[in-house]
Amino acid sequence: MKRNYGRLYAAPQALWLTVFFAAPLAIIVAYSFLKRDLYGGVLPQPSLGAYKALANPTLLTVTWRTLWVSVAATFFTILIALPCGYSIARSGNQAMRLFLVIVPFWTNFLIRIYAWIAILGNEGFLNDLLRLIGLEADSTQFLYNQGAVVLVLVYMYLPYAILPLFSTIDKFDFTLLEAARDLGASRMQAIRKVLMPNIRGGMVTAVLFTFIPIFGAYAVPLLVGGKDSYMLGNVIADQVTKTRNWPLASSISMGVTVLTGIAAILFALTSRRSKHPVVEESGIGPVSATAGIPGGGQA
Amino acid sequence: MKGSDVTVSGISKSFGAFKALKGVSLEIRKGEFFSLLGPSGCGKTTLLRVIAGFEDPDSGIVGIDGRDVSGLPPDKRRCNTVFQSYALFPHLTVFENVAFPLRIRKVPGKLVREMVMQHLSLVQLEAHAEKKPSMLSGGQKQRVAIARALINEPSVLLLDEPLSALDAKLRQRMLVELDAIHDKVGITFIYVTHDQQEALSVSDRIAVMDQGKVLQVGSPQQIYENPASDFVARFIGETNLFSGKVTSRDGGFAKVEAEGLGEILVEANGEAPVGARISVAVRPEKIRIGADIPGTHSELNIKRGVVEEPIYSGFQTKYIIHLPGGGAVTVFRQHANWSEGVPDIRWKDEVYLSWSARDSVVVESEAPRGGADPIGATSPDAR
Repeated sequence: MKRNYGRLYAAPQALWLTVFFAAPLAIIVAYSFLKRDLYGGVLPQPSLGAYKALANPTLLTVTWRTLWVSVAATFFTILIALPCGYSIARSGNQAMRLFLVIVPFWTNFLIRIYAWIAILGNEGFLNDLLRLIGLEADSTQFLYNQGAVVLVLVYMYLPYAILPLFSTIDKFDFTLLEAARDLGASRMQAIRKVLMPNIRGGMVTAVLFTFIPIFGAYAVPLLVGGKDSYMLGNVIADQVTKTRNWPLASSISMGVTVLTGIAAILFALTSRRSKHPVVEESGIGPVSATAGIPGGGQA
Repeated sequence: MKGSDVTVSGISKSFGAFKALKGVSLEIRKGEFFSLLGPSGCGKTTLLRVIAGFEDPDSGIVGIDGRDVSGLPPDKRRCNTVFQSYALFPHLTVFENVAFPLRIRKVPGKLVREMVMQHLSLVQLEAHAEKKPSMLSGGQKQRVAIARALINEPSVLLLDEPLSALDAKLRQRMLVELDAIHDKVGITFIYVTHDQQEALSVSDRIAVMDQGKVLQVGSPQQIYENPASDFVARFIGETNLFSGKVTSRDGGFAKVEAEGLGEILVEANGEAPVGARISVAVRPEKIRIGADIPGTHSELNIKRGVVEEPIYSGFQTKYIIHLPGGGAVTVFRQHANWSEGVPDIRWKDEVYLSWSARDSVVVESEAPRGGADPIGATSPDAR
């Protein structure tokens, strides 16, 4: 009899996920149902206090802001990534262009954010340029507002949207666009009615790959945002490090997980239940995109 | 006639250093089944794409019904295309694929249903309306593509090697169907193919192309029986090409000293004066093969040779006969009379070949001074 080694092969992966994903998640879930200790940590007494504390007007404001900043940043990211992925797919030297998309990853995440401070800051490149061409005498404060947060978020997550979009557009049969034109569609109609429905798989992936990390953003709003651009990630960090209310930090984390999970499922469902359902998902489908999110696996 | 006539004049198109079309001119008549035939890379598909509006020619004019459409985008031309890869929209059902042009034109839903079902019945696919293209066989996909291309009621249908992805049996059936559809809708069909058999069997007229030029335009019979050049003769069907020098003339005939063959009699007009070097084509099925000397006749060429290669293919056998002079002749023999006591011809048998001088065609002629027009060439591009 042939022995099945499937489980054995999966063991390292299972171990890894248990130690670094399931266990921490379980700890967070547990902490969120416990009572806070005064100087951080938890007391072993069950409590729903942390969840009751979620109904706090400031927290709701931040949640609402996080939601719309994420939606706006995702929207602009896709808006830029779509033509970008299209042009890479149709260009002669894909390898070179893809390389250029990936190059920023060679630099540290934080350093790339600081680079934007160097560009947008009071003594930054942009203000220098404006002064040089005489458009302003003083400095304009481009940093520390929600616009700066959205801009830098779009920059940070652009590659995550370009790559899946590129890979589906690259597999798209462009004769279909010619066929659409031949059958009477204008250039825009051909793109809307033939290209878009056929790259839906890549669209779903790109949206999830950008929306989910942006929703949990921490460093970007901290460094280029002001007090009024705090996002949920920053509130959680403050609860852990400053206020030292670990159960509350845990319950907010649970909230973030649930919200992103719901958003991901809703998005995957609406794009599937549209008028022209996707027949053959090519490339990275929504399944792999949501596999890392609790509850998102079945989307 | 419902179709349009299509005029192509002086079309040239280059892709980088590659010249795909070198000044092609054609007149395609209303309602005609017109084929562009040639080997791959001859420019036939490029010409079709120029007519459809997918490629802008570097120079030249495309006219439909006498109107210059050169500057118009594909969606503004009254011609539709059946693509080689079918190009069906994978996200739409068969019904919606066919309905696509109507949806673009915002035709009311009830009328859409009626028109789509009518066109699906034309290609016998009513039962598959709700299927996705991925669930269809190659032949069915092909038919959806045809129905979709016809629903806008174009005056010209462009077909780009539509049958090349199908197997041989299905190809034959689709060809008959295409012919029937052409008869039914009555519009102009421009059909691109590299398969001479396809072109011969359905076309009203054929343009044979090679290296960006039109070599000959004519009916299938003209192209087959009177090829304008040795390329056409060789490309359309199988042929024996003999080259030699005209030694004497007698009325409509010329005596030719052919290489490897000896003296042969050829029907030839002014294009073969004494002293000219000519190429002569004789179709293998026009040559009779037998163990005995056939009855003599003043117009009959008779040669003796040895069977080197009998190739049996069911309905006929192809023989390659080696002549004492060093030449080789290909002969087809149909098996209609197999049982009538005809002795079988085997490898290394000595046989007599005979063909009438009237069955030979002068395809290339190099007159001793100045050339003459080859026969049958109606295109200015023909050599």
